[in-house]
Amino acid sequence: MTPNTDNLVQYVLCYADNAMILGQRLSEWCGHGPALEQDIAITNIALDLIGEARMWYQYAAEFEGNGKTEDDYPYKRVDRQWRNVLLVEQPNGHFGHTIFRQFMFDCFHYYFSLEMMHSNDQRLSEIAAKSNKEASYHLKYSSEWMLRLGNGTDESHQKMQEATDDLYIYFNELFEATPFDESLMGIAPDLSKVKERATLKFNEIMKETSLDIPEVKYPQTGGRKGIHSEHLGYILTELQFLQKTYPNAQW
Amino acid sequence: MVKTEKEIREILQQVPDPEIPVLTIEDLGILRDVEYIDDKVIIYITPTYSGCPAMDMITVNIKAALQEAGIDNFEVKLVLSPAWTTDWMSDEAKEKLEKYGIAPPRFSDDKSPITCPNCKSENTSLLSQFGSTACKALYRCNDCKEPFDYFKCY
Repeated sequence: MTPNTDNLVQYVLCYADNAMILGQRLSEWCGHGPALEQDIAITNIALDLIGEARMWYQYAAEFEGNGKTEDDYPYKRVDRQWRNVLLVEQPNGHFGHTIFRQFMFDCFHYYFSLEMMHSNDQRLSEIAAKSNKEASYHLKYSSEWMLRLGNGTDESHQKMQEATDDLYIYFNELFEATPFDESLMGIAPDLSKVKERATLKFNEIMKETSLDIPEVKYPQTGGRKGIHSEHLGYILTELQFLQKTYPNAQW
Repeated sequence: MVKTEKEIREILQQVPDPEIPVLTIEDLGILRDVEYIDDKVIIYITPTYSGCPAMDMITVNIKAALQEAGIDNFEVKLVLSPAWTTDWMSDEAKEKLEKYGIAPPRFSDDKSPITCPNCKSENTSLLSQFGSTACKALYRCNDCKEPFDYFKCY
């Protein structure tokens, strides 16, 4: 295998894993949403993300060859091989945590897919064009909830502030170049551009909610290199349970 | 007898969408193209929403329809580009959708109000951007008070 193939596969896995883990996390709300409509909305978003993860994994498997399938990546890798950012593996917490985590991710996801549409890699730009349509609905949804809860009652405002204080430390990692960006010029979008536009949107909504953006002394990072928080292990235990218990089980 | 591309397309035009059975995969714009490469028929379909669980079902239904017509040498290929859009839905399909009780998608640049499929009132409001399937949003009619599905613009 040439190093280039490996770089592209690992690069694709960074974004596949983001979508997969956040999709898995959001699925935990199924049957537990604060209202039926929200239960449905959150699981719809989970479905879009898992669908997106599949498109990335299918491409990685085709590119890598050697009989790899899309299922090998989510089911057969240990935590140190996962490349998702730390934000997406953070627990759902209360609804405010879930919404703030989603809002940060959507700001990134929408502008990232917009940039990725210009990639010289045709398949990556096709996947981005599809997920951008879906991300625009997600961003609308999470932005509306940021405003509703941030400007709602004293209690909802206080809970949103709590979520902001707990999770904002994970925002910056979304825009950090992956270890493979440099070797994929013209294929990987420039994340500094994504950051500029996503931050503009983030700040605009935050200003309307009058929530305070905390000062970050120690931004959290490491996911792209496989250094995760303890939460990922628990997610994978559940996600991979069947394949670990019955190796190579098929439907 | 070997069927032509046109005949095969006519067979596939009858395959209904599993979730909205009044519409076929042709109405929805999921069926993109049919072509022979040597002796093999290649069917090109495009996914609607990335995670739409109906896509696997649609592939199975396409295979069944072809086998029933005596065609065994075929392959169903998924194409992502150009990305599926509700703008491809025909006027006839939109009419069928409305009769079925689902408000049809507007064109992406159309900002007019969503019409209630029951009483045709334009006095409607959005309850949730996400409805019973990935492709639908939940609306309410402020006149007849009925909730209804809107096929989202994509």
